[in-house]
Amino acid sequence: MSAGLALHRDLEAFVRRDDAGRGQLDLLVSGARCAGCISKIEKAVRDLPGVEAARLNLTTGKLAVELAGQDTAPQRVLETVEGLGYRACLFDPGEAAAAQDREGRDLALALGVAGFGAGNVMMFTVPAWAGLFGQELNASTLTVMYWLAAIVATPCALFAGRPFFRSAWASLKRGRANMDVPISIGVILTLMVSFSETILGGRHAYFDAAVTLLFLLLIGRYLDHRLRAGARSAARDLLALQTPVAIRLVDGVERGVPVAEVKVGDRLVVAPGDRIPVDGDVETGCSEIDNALITGETALAAVGPGVRLNAGALNLTGRLIMSATARSEDSTLAAIARLMEAGAQTRSAYVRLADKAAALYVPLVHTAAALTFVGGWALGLGPREALLRAAAVLIVTCPCALGLAVPAVQVAASSRLFRGGVLVKSGAALERLAEVDHVVFDKTGVLTRGRPALIGAPAHLVRLAAPLARASRHPLARALAAEAGLGLVAEACVETPGQGVEGLIDGRRARLGRAAFVGVDGADARETELWFGFEGDVKIRFVFADNLRPDAAGTVAALRRLGLPVEILSGDLPSPVAEVAEAVGVTAWRAALTPFDKVATIEALAVQGRKVLMVGDGLNDAAALAKAHASMAPGAAVDAAQNAADLVFTGEDLRAVVEAIETAREARRRALENFGFSALYNLIATPAAMAGLINPFVAALAMSGSSIVVLLNAARPRLGRRPR
Amino acid sequence: MNILLFLAPASIGLGALGLLAFFWTMRSGQYDDPKGDAERILYDHLEDRPPPDPAGKTDAALK
Repeated sequence: MSAGLALHRDLEAFVRRDDAGRGQLDLLVSGARCAGCISKIEKAVRDLPGVEAARLNLTTGKLAVELAGQDTAPQRVLETVEGLGYRACLFDPGEAAAAQDREGRDLALALGVAGFGAGNVMMFTVPAWAGLFGQELNASTLTVMYWLAAIVATPCALFAGRPFFRSAWASLKRGRANMDVPISIGVILTLMVSFSETILGGRHAYFDAAVTLLFLLLIGRYLDHRLRAGARSAARDLLALQTPVAIRLVDGVERGVPVAEVKVGDRLVVAPGDRIPVDGDVETGCSEIDNALITGETALAAVGPGVRLNAGALNLTGRLIMSATARSEDSTLAAIARLMEAGAQTRSAYVRLADKAAALYVPLVHTAAALTFVGGWALGLGPREALLRAAAVLIVTCPCALGLAVPAVQVAASSRLFRGGVLVKSGAALERLAEVDHVVFDKTGVLTRGRPALIGAPAHLVRLAAPLARASRHPLARALAAEAGLGLVAEACVETPGQGVEGLIDGRRARLGRAAFVGVDGADARETELWFGFEGDVKIRFVFADNLRPDAAGTVAALRRLGLPVEILSGDLPSPVAEVAEAVGVTAWRAALTPFDKVATIEALAVQGRKVLMVGDGLNDAAALAKAHASMAPGAAVDAAQNAADLVFTGEDLRAVVEAIETAREARRRALENFGFSALYNLIATPAAMAGLINPFVAALAMSGSSIVVLLNAARPRLGRRPR
Repeated sequence: MNILLFLAPASIGLGALGLLAFFWTMRSGQYDDPKGDAERILYDHLEDRPPPDPAGKTDAALK
């Protein structure tokens, strides 16, 4: 959707209107960096007729525009921003994003309240601790201190505990117990025991523990939320750059409609550079089609009237008018989407590390607390002392360290990956990635760059043809122009879609394009070549191939060193696949696979007990990406593939795959270390609490101490820094 | 001891004031665009207040 290709489109679907007809529109703007950019963009958009307000958020890159009435088309806003030299696209933030923002705010407010409570309750409990060590503090003063602590801690704990109470209740209703259940029970029981102790004039009240506990746990929760929200919005922004809109032609007027609303028989316009929205047949127009993302084929296909088009293919050179032969949900795409759903279901059954720990931990802790109460009473402690000790067990074992163990490590790991250009969609994705023991690559666009490059042409010939190549938008011509670098552009150029370009170089007429167009007998013409010639002169042939990413072989070797077998599954023809496989040093490869074959292969590997990492970029990979144990997609991949993948790497380097696996493994090791530490801590603290050795001071010390150790372990260098 | 009756509410009150300020900054969206806000102070003509919450959606959800 670049400025040069902008056609008039009706993008009304992206405007949210209220009853009075006032509209709101969101744009994603990239390239804005400073106050000058803000000023330029906001002013230009505000000056448009019918625009009430415009505000650019520099942090997220979102431009929010308020429209007064119907008279400004969203297209005008888009063109205005692009006209200033910024890349922009329309963006539908959707309900899910708003809900996530709200959740983040809720957590931040709860964290603020818990912090306030934890800080201020100390004013009263620190003097009380002094009393525990025999300083002069008589019983009535102690009670006053505890009452003051109660006034501060109780409302704070109840407010800050809401996220835990809600989640615990939801989990109990489903008949399961997650980590929030012991937390909620612990906090409520602690408050109740503390109140009864204070009323009875006892010496052990744990108001500070209840609120400090929540404070520490909320730090973990907030980190986890930031991780998910940040990665999701980044992934969403990438997807927004590939807006799914079809342009319907009704009585000569073009209107943008959501792809889902396209009906069989609709006439659709596909501009050069756009994707084919649904399956259909060409009515008028000639062009070339890039099927790489659908089938993995690298050769371009020439199309003309009557030719069948597959949804998702990229229209390269000419404007096409097509008639839809299938609705969006009946297109080839939909079959792939159904496979993806099935894959995502098996994946959601994955049990996260923290939940595995909780499943062990919850019954253990509750049994220990119950035993303390029953046992203590039976051994003659009296119900009050027995209950106090049971509460102490719950407090010291409350999973602060456990709650921080995984999120803290994963935040450190994913922020390191983010700096390296890898987006992690969730913490679970990192955990699954750490477990993989087999890597499957797609060829086109993953091991290779996914776009053609000139091979084996002498520099002087390239220079000769370059002026014409620079005037063309055809991908092969562009590859030629890229090879030649900057220079002159031919004059009086005329481009014939699907054929080639003609123009004057130093006053001589020349043509660049398909064999027949240039005047060569096209009997053995191939799609991955261009011909060039001056009128009545010798014709020169340029051959193009999809070349390897420079670090593809190195990446495969590095994966081997990590002990991971590598395999290639491609939809392309056997000979190019074999070539690539040999170049990167892979012996296990299969070619000419359908999307369904790829899924079947992944499934077969899973049945053998392999945990597969799939790296792919095409629609034909999407189902396999969803099915695999873990998956990665490059930033240039189609939206479906990016949706299905756990991680998206945005850079040109394939090495990101190795780095992601290493980081995920390191993060898993760290998380396990943290669990080990928590277990050790509990092994010491629980018997002490049972024996009645814990007082409020010791509880506070043990709790924050264990959390700090876990946080420091997560923040230890190597994970926080990129290795050399 | 009586001094407690004065000091404790005073210090809690000051803390609560800070907490209220935090609630206000959070709800008025002052953390939504830290990068932009840092740049906006450089020009007088740029709007430097946080944008109004659309239809008070986030506030309603919190109450």
